[in-house]
Amino acid sequence: MLDANEAVASVAYRSSEVIAIYPITPSSGMAEVCDEWAASRRPNIWSDVPEVVQLQSEGGVAGAIHGSLQAGALCTTFTASQGLLLMIPNMYKMAGELTPFCMHVSARALATHALSIFGDHSDVMACRQTGFAMLASNTVQEAQDLALIAHAATLKCRIPFLHFFDGFRTSHEINKIELIDDSTIQAMIDDAAVARIRHNSLSPDHPTVRGTAQNPDVFFQAREAANPFYNACADVVEAEMAKFAELTGRQYSLYEYEGAEDAEELIVLMGSGAETAAVTAGFLNAHGRKTGVLKIRLYRPLDLKRLVAALPSSVRRIAVLDRCKEPGALGEPLLVEMMAGIEEARQSGMLPDSFCPVVIGGRYGLGSKDFTPAMVKAVYDALVVEKPKRRFTVGILDDVTGLSLKVEEAFDLEKNEVIRAVFYGLGSDGTVGANKNSVKIIGEGTPNYAQGYFVYDSKKCGAVTISHLRFGPEVIRAPYLIKNASFIGCHQAQFLEQYDVLEFAEHGGVFLLNSIYSADTIWTHLPRTVQEDLIEKQLHFYVIDAYKVAREAGMGGRINTIMQTCFFAISGVLPKAEAIAKIKAAIEKTYGKKGPEVVQRNFDAVDQTLAALEVVTIPETVSSKIERPPVVPVTAPDFVQRVTSVMLQNKGDALPVSVFRPDGVWDVGTSQWEKRNIAQEIPIWDPEVCIQCNKCVQACPHAAIRSNFYDADALAGAPACFRSTDFRVRDFAGKKFTIQVAPEDCTGCSLCVAVCPAKNKANPREKAINMRMQNPLLKDERANYDFFLKLPKPDRSTLKDDVKFTQFKEPLFEYSGACAGCGETPYIKMLTQICGDRLLMANATGCSSIYGGNLPTTPYTCNNDGRGPAWANSLFEDNAEFGLGMRVAVDQQVHIAKNLLDRFATVLGSELVEAILSADQSSEAGIAAQRERVAQVKAKLEPLSEPHTQRLLDLADYLVEKSVWIVGGDGWAYDIGFGGLDHVMASGRNINVMVLDTEVYSNTGGQASKATPIGAIAKFAASGKAAGKKDLGLVAMHYGNVYVARVALGAKDTQTVNAIYEAMRHPGPSLIIAYSHCIAHGYNLASGFDQQKLAVETGAWPLYRYDPARAERGENPLKLDSRKPKQPLYAYTDNEARFRMLKMKDPARAKELGQLAQTFVDERFELYDRLAHPFETASPDEE
Amino acid sequence: MMNLQTQYLGFELKHPIIAGASPLPDDLDKVRALEDGGIAAITMYSLFEEQITQNIVGSEAHIGNYENSFSEAASYFPEVDLLERGVDVYLDQLQKVKAAVDVPVIGSLNGTREGEWVNYASLIESAGADALELNLYFLPTEMEESAAELEDRCIRIVQAVDARIQVPLAVKLSPFFTALPHFAKRLAAAGADSLVCFNRFYQPDIDVDELDIRPMIDLSHSQELRLRLRWLAFLSGRIDTQLVVSGGVHNGIDVAKSLMAGADAVQTVSSLLINGPEQVKSMLDELCKWMEGKEYNSIDELRGCMNYLRCPDPEALERANYMRVLKSWRV
Repeated sequence: MLDANEAVASVAYRSSEVIAIYPITPSSGMAEVCDEWAASRRPNIWSDVPEVVQLQSEGGVAGAIHGSLQAGALCTTFTASQGLLLMIPNMYKMAGELTPFCMHVSARALATHALSIFGDHSDVMACRQTGFAMLASNTVQEAQDLALIAHAATLKCRIPFLHFFDGFRTSHEINKIELIDDSTIQAMIDDAAVARIRHNSLSPDHPTVRGTAQNPDVFFQAREAANPFYNACADVVEAEMAKFAELTGRQYSLYEYEGAEDAEELIVLMGSGAETAAVTAGFLNAHGRKTGVLKIRLYRPLDLKRLVAALPSSVRRIAVLDRCKEPGALGEPLLVEMMAGIEEARQSGMLPDSFCPVVIGGRYGLGSKDFTPAMVKAVYDALVVEKPKRRFTVGILDDVTGLSLKVEEAFDLEKNEVIRAVFYGLGSDGTVGANKNSVKIIGEGTPNYAQGYFVYDSKKCGAVTISHLRFGPEVIRAPYLIKNASFIGCHQAQFLEQYDVLEFAEHGGVFLLNSIYSADTIWTHLPRTVQEDLIEKQLHFYVIDAYKVAREAGMGGRINTIMQTCFFAISGVLPKAEAIAKIKAAIEKTYGKKGPEVVQRNFDAVDQTLAALEVVTIPETVSSKIERPPVVPVTAPDFVQRVTSVMLQNKGDALPVSVFRPDGVWDVGTSQWEKRNIAQEIPIWDPEVCIQCNKCVQACPHAAIRSNFYDADALAGAPACFRSTDFRVRDFAGKKFTIQVAPEDCTGCSLCVAVCPAKNKANPREKAINMRMQNPLLKDERANYDFFLKLPKPDRSTLKDDVKFTQFKEPLFEYSGACAGCGETPYIKMLTQICGDRLLMANATGCSSIYGGNLPTTPYTCNNDGRGPAWANSLFEDNAEFGLGMRVAVDQQVHIAKNLLDRFATVLGSELVEAILSADQSSEAGIAAQRERVAQVKAKLEPLSEPHTQRLLDLADYLVEKSVWIVGGDGWAYDIGFGGLDHVMASGRNINVMVLDTEVYSNTGGQASKATPIGAIAKFAASGKAAGKKDLGLVAMHYGNVYVARVALGAKDTQTVNAIYEAMRHPGPSLIIAYSHCIAHGYNLASGFDQQKLAVETGAWPLYRYDPARAERGENPLKLDSRKPKQPLYAYTDNEARFRMLKMKDPARAKELGQLAQTFVDERFELYDRLAHPFETASPDEE
Repeated sequence: MMNLQTQYLGFELKHPIIAGASPLPDDLDKVRALEDGGIAAITMYSLFEEQITQNIVGSEAHIGNYENSFSEAASYFPEVDLLERGVDVYLDQLQKVKAAVDVPVIGSLNGTREGEWVNYASLIESAGADALELNLYFLPTEMEESAAELEDRCIRIVQAVDARIQVPLAVKLSPFFTALPHFAKRLAAAGADSLVCFNRFYQPDIDVDELDIRPMIDLSHSQELRLRLRWLAFLSGRIDTQLVVSGGVHNGIDVAKSLMAGADAVQTVSSLLINGPEQVKSMLDELCKWMEGKEYNSIDELRGCMNYLRCPDPEALERANYMRVLKSWRV
């Protein structure tokens, strides 16, 4: 039981000598396992450990692979989407040089109007012109098998291969497959071909020249010289398939027809959809239809002879389905190819003249849109109408161009002998892990087949997971979600009020609910719609208080084993006794090495579960008055009501094309409408203890704690429970002060409590802010927060630029989907507080673009004037340049506006023009004054309504300074985007960069970057990183005119605030490198700011500001803001799993790297000290 | 040459100074240096019950909880089995220490609750430990557990550990048992071959500015020896186990006093950490010089000569001691 990523990686690893990697979803899993295998010295088929090397980008991977191939190694790599695009230039080279090589792609959408991490063929189809052979797999089994066939074929035919399969649907589907052993790989890999590679390699022992520049006389002919290899390729692949069949019994063909022998309607397609189509065709044929499917495996080189030979001569109508979109083309690539191919075949006599099928084309499944049997049937049905749509889409409702086919949603192929289970869980409750385990138990431990596929929502904390599991006696060919479930498990009772959990329950199915209520009492606590479904569908209903069982069995909050046991006990998937024995065996296997106590704890949980699981007798009538609350309040904007709320209910599939803006633009301020209520405990303020420092407000990653000061009379109408106290600042005597939590938006991370410096003197365990159970307080605190938001906001120009007063400025980044306790978002929030109303943000792809821009709701918002951050994400690699482009555009528009001001000086008055042109906008007051002047300009120009004045009216707002910020993670800044970042630093432009440095690629799951410190374990550095962290700040300092700051909000917030203001005001480029704690560091993030302190105190993260303005004043531009390390590095590193893991894995290496790391930080601090105090002998400590 | 030979836990030690449980065995170079410095036996640092159980809880909470929650990342760490490695690392290191030196190596297991963790005793034995030291290192904070119940719990743990191993078992205990002699006797009956007196607790301090508790541990000093001497004197010759002093042994005279109070061997840690492995030699030199001066021929002659049964003024070990001090003060 494994997913395609692992199955493919296993073959690729064993067949390769050099593996170059870079993370990108959904292919990262392949690279990760290869790195882990290499770290554990697992051999390939030649008993060598492949060299796994990480590059700074996919472009780098392609270059490195190209070099390795030229130098004679057998290579592989894994990628998808934008990563594949970055490889294209080298792919032309590799193919042009006839270099044997096989890469594996989990095919994924390309970013267009929006990013999508999900599966379609946009990426691979963009490579069809590179000269690579392209081989498509449709299932997990095929992905493994064709991976080997591709590795074998490339050696024989010399054409490099791109082997692909559907991202997520295949790459992440767990299925029961027959594995390939080493001997099969050895038999498939041709030693003579390997020897030829060595012989052809670039070597000074038999020197050659490659990559010549050719001129008009010869380039063309030389390019044609490769033709015979392409002509022979299909023969080679077919031969390798035959050889593979001999070895394994599994026969594949280049173009495989499946369906009725006398089929009249045919669907042609590639990828996982071909399985769905084939199974659907089989069903339709059994019901009197004559349908078939042609699965394209070898898409490049397309072998026309074999392709048309696979077409049944009876076919009259053909629908070609492409899982990509090529706007403006006659049709998508496969369609055009099929049409041209059939015509070509007819003209050349491969097909009879009488073969004239109608050929139509459609798009399906973009961005992992589920492709179901109902959709396949819709396509077949669309073929038999009198005048089929020439072009169509299937799977959506296109009410704009009318392309979509009507789908009969109820059509379904699920078989009764297959158990179909759908589980609703939270990411943190272990549901998916337990289900993966169940799939393994049944798939590996019984003759049954099993399939697991998992769907996650877009949030990084409190994420909802939906698991789709099938178990049955035959191979499961169903690469689509379950819409007709024989078992529904709801692991969190609150989902009943949020989602239509029983929507897909089949009649007579089983429903399992985790609830605090017993069988006797649960009924009265169910929403009305749930009661209706239970009665109407005659479901068998079970409840268990899984959290109670977990607590009693010493399992903490992990209910995975308990819910898994329930499933086995009541689903009928196996006889109960056998099932329980198997669960226990699995527990023994999983936890055996963790100690007998853990095993026993799990055994106890299993036994207690069986005792605690109750059957609920379902009454005959619905009695509940509990209605599912509205998804968003009625006060929400129209778009949120019509569109966002539908997405929030998991029903976004039903939204028609017309509701979306065609350019991918979305309104700001939508996260406020998604009340997630995920915190069990929320912070409650104690005005008596509070010292009004605002540190809690500053630390909150989700802007869910806010403070304000206001006139006492503003309290009129306050809820009785609203807390308020005197504001203890002399300049604002008489004002009142409040700190208020947003009870439904808080994630319960408790970072605010951890940073609160005020302790209750009589009971120091209590602070000025304390965690309390949310539920009993919800009503009051909701009213308090609503009232709080309506309080008048202080005049920004009266607020000092310090830690405390910055936090009275309205955050324009709120309630994001970032992790609870996120270390990045406090910086972004602060940025929006300082300059959000005139902020343009270029955001590199990564965590910050996901919590910043992942639908259904987004966190950037605007103030009461309608101003706020203008945010855009372009790509991963181009973010610095993207931001520079914004700056240049802004500057140019400022320039034009200023010129126009001069032109209209007589109308506007020279005094106003002069005031605008010479305005000091370095302060809030200055900005406010300039806004006022611009308003005057508009007021004077508007009545004139001349064409020339309109131009100035359009541009006048640019006269108020804009702050352009480029934001991204370390993967972007240190690795893939470094070249661009360096260029932007060198540009001299007034541009600001904020690097949210988590020291790993967080979003893709914790792969090492050049920011990863020595001794940390990360993916791609499973043996612990040996090289020191790159000193990005020092690189930037060398330009001299770049403002550089290294900050850690948790260690010294004043320095962070100062750095942001200084960077913003610096007229040239600026770079802030911000320490960001992360779940990929492996500790409780409530201690995030404590760790930041330790990072600074141990020298792991020295603080400094390099301000070129100081140099202009004749001072040393570099100012060290932290002291010489007083504690050993381990005082910091020992608290984090990323460092500790190495101690547990390889203590000797941990010790060696630990000493290296200590030396590294000592020497670096000394270097900074000398740079900051070049003519002094004493360190700042000793001053 | 002075005969310093000592029988301890069935080993023929060349002298009675052994390295107590400390971080030193984490470093094989230091282990070899200890042997070169002349140490008679080495005690490993402890494998803590909490280390076994909390690692699981911790790794589950801070690594496992984030797994399988997000489309782009099924996990955030490479596959490394944390906990099994945690125990394995201890056992691996024990094997390496054992291979590096010829002197006996004593494994150390630390725990206070009844539970399956005691199985690690047999793993430590299998990894090559010549003996096992069970450290009953805890503070009784439970309001509902009486002294008798607490003692019963300790006895059950000792029995459970003893049942799992063939090698000798030393039990390290704290001085805070209500009826220490009686409890010591029960420990002996439960299977303890030796009692190590005593472990030293972290003594948290109060930070009056930050309103916080600061966990503190200082290295021991010779004054701490007195508590050990007194209790050893009471136990020596009266119970059927060997006795070891641990805590406050810094020089040769400290060793002599310990032996006179009834110790079969002494453990030293702080002195080694401060002065390095060569401290063993200077302690032995001082001991021999003193013994020669006093014309003792072997440490058997010394052992127990000042215990409760043999010291000239047993009352001085008891309550009268208090009166004496006051009297002398008055003068």
